[in-house]
Amino acid sequence: MSDVAHSVHRATPVTTEPRLTRRILTGTVVALVAVLLFAPLIAVFAEALREGWAASLEGLSSPDAHAAIRLTLIVAAIAVPLNAVFGIAAAWAITKFDFRGKAFLITLIDLPFSVSPVVAGLALVLLFGANSWLGAWLIAHDLKIVFAFPGIILATMFVTFPFVARELIPVMMEQGRAEEEAALTLGASGWRTFFTVTLPNIRWALLYGVLLCNARAMGEFGAVAVISGKIRGETTTMPIMIEMLYNEYLSVAAFSLAAALALLALVTLFLKSLLEWRYADLLAATRRH
Amino acid sequence: MFVEIEEIAKEFGTERALHPVSLSIPSGALIALLGPSGSGKTTLLRILAGLEFPTSGRVLFDGTDATGMSVQERRAGFVFQHYALFRHMTVFENVAYGLRARKRHERPTGAEIGRRVNRLLDLIQLPDIGSRYPSQLSGGQRQRVALARALAIEPRMLLLDEPFGALDAKVRKELRQGLREIHDTTGLTTVFVTHDQEEAMELADLVVVMSMGRIEQVGKPSDIRANPASDFVRSFTAA
Repeated sequence: MSDVAHSVHRATPVTTEPRLTRRILTGTVVALVAVLLFAPLIAVFAEALREGWAASLEGLSSPDAHAAIRLTLIVAAIAVPLNAVFGIAAAWAITKFDFRGKAFLITLIDLPFSVSPVVAGLALVLLFGANSWLGAWLIAHDLKIVFAFPGIILATMFVTFPFVARELIPVMMEQGRAEEEAALTLGASGWRTFFTVTLPNIRWALLYGVLLCNARAMGEFGAVAVISGKIRGETTTMPIMIEMLYNEYLSVAAFSLAAALALLALVTLFLKSLLEWRYADLLAATRRH
Repeated sequence: MFVEIEEIAKEFGTERALHPVSLSIPSGALIALLGPSGSGKTTLLRILAGLEFPTSGRVLFDGTDATGMSVQERRAGFVFQHYALFRHMTVFENVAYGLRARKRHERPTGAEIGRRVNRLLDLIQLPDIGSRYPSQLSGGQRQRVALARALAIEPRMLLLDEPFGALDAKVRKELRQGLREIHDTTGLTTVFVTHDQEEAMELADLVVVMSMGRIEQVGKPSDIRANPASDFVRSFTAA
């Protein structure tokens, strides 16, 4: 009984396509990635730096730009953790329990993906705006949602709701319930089981979902544009500020802010890669056996 | 601990997994629930563990009603079909899990947990694998670690769901012997589920033959071979 299963399987080639075919396929993908993803990104940074670093930094240092950056970061800092919690709860309920209306709940989670963000923004304005019953009640109690910070949070959360749940559901489905059941038979409470077994098993999918959710939360335009009212320096997030600057022909300022927004997204991606690289050994060891 | 199952029935929606079944399991016995898939044997085992709850009927542990008792309170050592080891924990952490999960005043000290885990790893004859991850173990080693993990909580009984199902023939034979020895050492009331009649006959003191959610026959392996109670038992145990 000294046989140790190898945790690393070396892939044996099963494809027999000639070298030329492979080169063409690979080349096509590289060309597509270069044209569709890489070139526009380079263009943004090039445009931002067209008049040099100084001009670019000046574009970022206006009070309105500062306010937009701050607002975007705060919105992400609130919306992303809340959606992470909701996403975990939804994925947990869907994958670990059987109940009526499960298929409907899954469809509901996908709703923000299929509804245009502008429509979502309009729906929120209709629901919470001054002309609605709920809006009138809110105004009577001096609670501002539309054209204010809470509205931006709601719109962002609506649009980014599916990201975490969508990442988690397939992973949790595949892992099944056996490990959780094992923890329960060993005397662990439900919460302990969640924190010591479920959460560690989904941490990579969760991290990925949170990063996607974060990127989208910072970049959301349509829904926020409708509900924020675009009050300069107050309810303008980075994407909205970028559009306003661009429409005012302040090209360097617009692209500087755009570059900053892209950079924030790139930082999150870089963090993910760093974590994957740092924990590569652990990842390999704890893959499904 | 002795276990009594009184008229237990289980329905999943409209599907009947168990017709009312009754069974007495004497203290310290090694029992096999034998039957083809869909016979209700795993459902019965999971009801004993508290992972499922019966639609009707009662379960008694040492004469007291345990039907509504939670899975944690039952303290049944459970070995899952595919072992369900915690893949992100080392073998040591896996075995220590149940001790660490105890309430503070019942929890052994760190040093004591270490001693107990090492004693269990000795018992399963794998003393040096504490720092490995489950993915680095063979199927047979995983099964034995799962057994050690279940034993760590000082269970009142041991329940095993197809414990040898995923192993090749040679390892299976070895581990059968291993389970027998562990049962004899600990004296724990042990129930295992299997679809392999040879395994049931060879290992168990008492074999419970099940089919379609009913118990067909209960008896010593030799009695069942000599006097099968029905055509089903005759054909299934002859296989």
